[in-house]
Parts: sequence; C-alpha cells; structure tokens
Amino acid sequence: MYFFLVAIAAFFSLLIAGLIVYYAVKYRRRAPDAVGTVVHGGIVLEIAWTVIPLLISMVIFVWGASVFFAMSRPPEETMNVYVVGKQWMWKFQHLDGEREINELHVPVGRAVKLIMTSEDVIHDVFVPAFRVKADVLPGRYTHIWFQPTKPGRYHLFCAEYCGTRHSGMIGEVVVMEPSDYQAWLSGGAPEGSLASAGEKLFADLACNTCHRPEAQSRGPVLQGLFGKTVTLQTGETVVADEAYIRESILNPSAKVTAGFQPIMPTFQGLVSEEQLLELIEYVKSLR
Amino acid sequence: MPLPPQHYLNNGYGVKSWLLTRDHKRIALLYLAAVTFFFFIGGAFAVVIRLELATPAGDLVSDETYNKLFTMHGVMMVFFFLIPVIPAVLGNFLVPLMIGAKDLAFPKLNLASWYIYMLGGLFTLYALVTGGVDTGWTFYTPFSTVSSTTKVIPTALGIFITGFSSILTGLNFIVTIHRMRAPGMRWFRMPLFLWSMYATSLIFVLGTPVIAITVLLIAAERVFQFGFFDPARGGDPVLFQHLFWFYSHPAVYIMVLPSMGIVSEIVAAFCRKQVFGYEFVAFSSLAIAVLGFLVWGHHMFIAGESVYAALIFSILSFLVAIPSAVKVFNWTATMYKGSISWDTPMLYAIGFIGLFTVGGLTGLFLAAVGLDVHVTDTYFIIAHFHYIMVGGTIMGYLGGLHYWWPKISGRQYNEALAKLSAGIIFVGFNLTFFPQFVLGYLGMPRRYHAYPPEFQVLNVLSSAGASILGVGYLIPMVYLMWSLRYGKVAGSNPWGATGLEWTTTSPPPTDNFTQTPIVTQEPYVYPRVEGRVA
Repeated sequence: MYFFLVAIAAFFSLLIAGLIVYYAVKYRRRAPDAVGTVVHGGIVLEIAWTVIPLLISMVIFVWGASVFFAMSRPPEETMNVYVVGKQWMWKFQHLDGEREINELHVPVGRAVKLIMTSEDVIHDVFVPAFRVKADVLPGRYTHIWFQPTKPGRYHLFCAEYCGTRHSGMIGEVVVMEPSDYQAWLSGGAPEGSLASAGEKLFADLACNTCHRPEAQSRGPVLQGLFGKTVTLQTGETVVADEAYIRESILNPSAKVTAGFQPIMPTFQGLVSEEQLLELIEYVKSLR
Repeated sequence: MPLPPQHYLNNGYGVKSWLLTRDHKRIALLYLAAVTFFFFIGGAFAVVIRLELATPAGDLVSDETYNKLFTMHGVMMVFFFLIPVIPAVLGNFLVPLMIGAKDLAFPKLNLASWYIYMLGGLFTLYALVTGGVDTGWTFYTPFSTVSSTTKVIPTALGIFITGFSSILTGLNFIVTIHRMRAPGMRWFRMPLFLWSMYATSLIFVLGTPVIAITVLLIAAERVFQFGFFDPARGGDPVLFQHLFWFYSHPAVYIMVLPSMGIVSEIVAAFCRKQVFGYEFVAFSSLAIAVLGFLVWGHHMFIAGESVYAALIFSILSFLVAIPSAVKVFNWTATMYKGSISWDTPMLYAIGFIGLFTVGGLTGLFLAAVGLDVHVTDTYFIIAHFHYIMVGGTIMGYLGGLHYWWPKISGRQYNEALAKLSAGIIFVGFNLTFFPQFVLGYLGMPRRYHAYPPEFQVLNVLSSAGASILGVGYLIPMVYLMWSLRYGKVAGSNPWGATGLEWTTTSPPPTDNFTQTPIVTQEPYVYPRVEGRVA
C-alpha cells in the first residue's frame, strides 16, 4: 500500500512539476509588454479535477481503512504479554511469570497481543519492523498485536515524547525459534505464573473475604466474570474487560454491580500497575 | 526617478511616530521586525538540532537541552512566526490597499494587537532565558501538567496572550472586508489574497479561543492541581489532545491559506492573465477553512480513539485535501498560454506549488489510517508538515515579500541575488526534508536526541541541507536591508500588475490613495500593459 501511494504521489508531483516547467518555458514572456491570452475557465475541467482526485482518495481511504481494521482485530488465540511503560523503561510480564525490562522475547509464528498501560505519562510502543504502533496511556489499557515471521532482533521505540530520556526508552523484540524460546523460558527462574502471583496478592489483600466463589458473598462472584456483560445498579451495562476490573479495584464505587452495596474500599495507592495486572490475570484465570 | 515626496515612511521619523502609529502600513512593518526576530531565534534552535543529529550519539547537547531546543523551536516558529507572519505583515499592509480603503476598520485595535503579540512574545522569551520548557510544542498531558519541571506556565501564558492578538487581527480583517470596500469592489471582484485573508480570519476568530482555554486549563492543572487531564486525579489525558488539535489543525490552514492567496496573486501577475477558475479558487479557501475544523482526530489515530472515530476522521481528511488539489490544478492551468516572466516572486510561487504538492500528497499517506499507524510520530510526519509549513507558508511568504517589497519600500532589491537565494532555499529545503520521509518510513521516531547508527547517512544529508537552507534565509535579509537605501527606485507598478495597490505610489501615502478608487471590473484583467518601468 505504501508503494502504491508513493506511485500516486510521484505521478501527481511529476505531472504538476512537469506542466509548470513546460508552461514556464513555452509561454515565457517574449516582449516586455506582452500579456497572457484570455482563457475562460471550463466547468467541465473544474469538475474533472475535483472528482478524479476524490475518487482516487476514496480508493486510498477504503484500502487504508481495511488495513486498519485487520490491525485492530487480533485473532482469537493470542499469546498475551502485559506491558507497563514508565519514565524511561519498558516492563514486560509474560503470563507464566517471566519478567523482562526493555527486551521482549517471543516465539516466531505465534500471534502476540500486548496489553499495555503506563505508570506515569503517555508513552507509545512502536516496532517499525512489525508496522505496529499504539499509545500507552496511564489509567487505560490499549492493545496491539503482531505475528512475527522471521527470527531476529527488532527495534522497539517509544514513539510518544515522554520527557528527558525519551530517546533512551528503547528496547528490542527478540523473535526466536519455538524451541529456542522454550529453552529461554526454562532458563529463567519464574516465581510461578502471573495468575498465581495475582492469587497470592488476592489473598494478601484479603479480597477473598468478600469475593468468594459462592453466590451469597458480600462481593460479586468473580468466577467466569471476565468478558461477561455486567448489569450495574444504575441499570446500565458494562463489559468486564481489563479497564473495568482496574477501575473496580481503584475506584470501586464508580460502577457497582446490581444487587450489591458500595462497601468496597479503594485500593488506590496500595497496588502498583504491575500488581493490578497480576490481579486482572488472576480474575481472567477464574473460570 | 525619485521617490514620491510624501509617503508613509517619511511621515515622521521619531520613535513615537512608529510606536504610537495607527497606520496599518507602519504596524505591518512593526510586525515584520518582530516576526523576523522570532524566526531567526526559532531557526537558530533548528540549526543546533540538526548539528546534534549529525551523529547518532547524543553528544553535542544534553538530552534535557535537546528536548528544550525542539520545544522552543516549535513554539517560536508556530505561535510567533508561522501563524502571524502573513496576516500580520502582508495582510496588514495589503488588505486596506487592495480594497481601496484608507486603513483597517479599527486602527487603534490594530496597534493594540501588535502590543499584545509583543507581550505574549516577552512571556515566552522570559520562559526561554530562565530555563526553557521541554514539553514539545504540543504540551501533551499528563507530561506537561504533572511531570515536566520546566517553565510551562510562562510559555502557556505567552501563547494565551498572543492568541488575543490573532483574534483581534481576524476581527479587524473581517469587519474591514465587509464594510470598507471601495465603490464597485464587489465580493467577486476582490483579489484572491483577500478571500484567503477572509477565510484565515474566520479560523482566527473561531479557533483561537479554544487553544486559549486549553493552555489555561494546563496552567490551572499545574497551579491548582485540578484533575482535567491527569488520570490519577480522575482526568482524561486524551481530552487534552482533542482540545489541542481542534485548534492546532485549523492553525495549519491559518499558516497555509494566506500563502495560497499570495501564490494566486503572483501567478496572475507574472502570467499577466486572469486566474483560471477564480470562483473555484475563492470558494476552495472557504471550504478548507470549514472542513479544517472537522479533521482534528486524524492526529490521534494511535492515541486510543475508537476504530470508528478514526475512520470518520480519515474520510474527512481525504475530503479536505480536495480543495487544495483544486487550487493546485487551477494555478497550473493559469500558466497555460500566459505571458510568464521568471522574476523572483514567480520562482517562489513555482517553488510553493511544487513543495506544497509534495506536502499535500504525503498527507494522503497519513490520512489513510492503516498506513498512518506506521509512519505517524516518525520523521515522516516531520517531513510532511515541514513541506507544508516551510515549503508552503515560508515560500509563499518570501514570494509575497519580494512581490510587494517595491510597494512597501519604494525600491527594488538586487534581482540576481534574489533569484540565487530562491534557488538555494529550494535546493536546501529539499535536501533537508526529503531524506526525512525515508527516515520516517524506516522507523526513526521523532523527538529523538540519539538514534540507532543505521539512520546516520540520511540524517547527515538532512543536516547538510539545513546548513544550505540557513544560508538561503540569511541572504534575503542582507539584500532587502541593502535595498532600503541603495535599491533602484521602483515606481508605482514595477511588475505591470493589476490590483488597486499598484495604482498608488510606492511607497503609498499615509492615506493610501489621493482619491477613493472606483472599481469597474473583475480582478486580473490585462488588456494591455505599459512596459516595465525600471
């Protein structure tokens, strides 16, 4: 697509430049008092050079939109990695508990989905080789996905200006053969999976005193919650995604599930962005 | 041939006769001095930036200094040069002359605009000398409100204050164009420069208040800890981007519409021919002004806006490209069967059309959402908007300055030197910014103090181009100043052009015309031309 546009741009630039130079030479002033020939405007010509560029641009629009659609829809089965950006480093959390800084190891051929948030200001994950880029916002989760096809090391840049060491907030995506990737995974010393870390935190923070698996608890049942539609006290509905779980931990009275009292205390300041991700992953794991 | 005995330049020499003047022509010159000052400050920052980027390592200045450099370059160039330059300098000088009026509708307000502009400039200079600011000219939150420790508030206040100068100038032009046209000067007899000034003024009046509110909110969040944009206090950082771009995208058209107006004038004058499709060119200015307000979301395709919002902003962005294309085609068609002379203003106008075409077509890459994801926030963006702002606005401005310089000063500059520097600027510009398209496609992010070594070759090319470009901008400074004293006397109409401004003496008298002109026909009618004087 890029090169199709390069061709279009080159064609029109050269057309205009060519005509200008040709006219400028052909109709150069030959006598000091010569004037131009009166040429009356033509409505047909005006319509032609309005409609033709319009049609061409609509073709580009549809093409660009379909590329964008494909980009924003990850496939069903993805390997999820959580990303936390902070001034000025990238932190990656694999589901099995592996943690990395400024380096992300992934196996070749798997669709990888990054679920990203920021601890402070806006950052942006940009991997030029995979043609992906998305802002990483504080207080929100954004996603990108890619499917590496060739082993190698690829640049990862922060592409949203984030302060003094912005240009140092870089890393690498290391794409490995699946066997190498397995070897790399077992080489580290993971302290258990992300969900199990979340489970431990869930108990440490005493979340489990109210959020119990049985229906008559003081808090909503979390088993099987993720991805479901929740009806709120106000009658509105909301999909229980990462953002909803995060909000319900930090600001529990904002969206209270119908049938429950707003009695849960806030955990703002008590859990870090990374711990939030562990809790979210734990909730996701409850089937 | 001597200068006319009485003109606006010799009507008083004292400092007071300038600083308290209500003559739109003198106020234009006050602006000329001020914007030139800010241009060279902003340009000096660009020189240091390009020197730093000649090597991959961040070795010339510290990263903190580098961030301040590109921020101050952007702030100075956008708010204190590109936005005011053509309306405040050439617009001020020409709007009354072109419609056959003695002055603008509100001469005192016009002077007040200049003082407001200078006050805003002083705030920003204060921020600069007391440590600078490092947020980028875009002031993205929450970085600008909770993270940056630099002089954000004085800079924001400077922009806030300067905004009022834009609003008042816009108001002044709108009222003047509505109320003070000479007898017979109907709307469709107005030169196209006035149409573009009118469209620009509409954006000034409608858009500038939004940026004023936005920067005030930033200051309020910093001082009073309000949670407008900071998510930790319940704010929304993306809200800032919506507000900021709601003004700052139309601001691009504030910069480029006046330049398009100038190019229409120059092309007509140097082809001695009516502009092809006058009505289409005039209305495309208004179409751009209106559509320009509806495309701000294309700055945020990757910033977390919804897929459907992105698609709507994408299609609207393609639509806004159409009126610009219409103008380019019409200018080209105007040249057909013209009587084209290759004087300096025409060279600039041709340069404008070429560079603006490249800038506009690369805009299509960015409007296509799927492709934008890859090239946005890289050097591709930098190259694209410099083609529009530098290749467009500054080429047009320099063309206009050269075209009307005999009218402003009464004297001619050195034509050979002027042609030479136009060529230097064109070559230097392309060498500076064309490699940046490639850099962006290869993935070099913007606002990087240090970069991976594989990008060095293209960066060195760009830095080399910048040094050529810098020289190209200095030469006109010299020969234009020189011409003030030693230039050949130009006479009222050195180009043999049409338009009321060429019917009065050069420089014009304080009241512009000895008697009110009466307009009897369309603009750009060239039945015959007296041979070129000079």
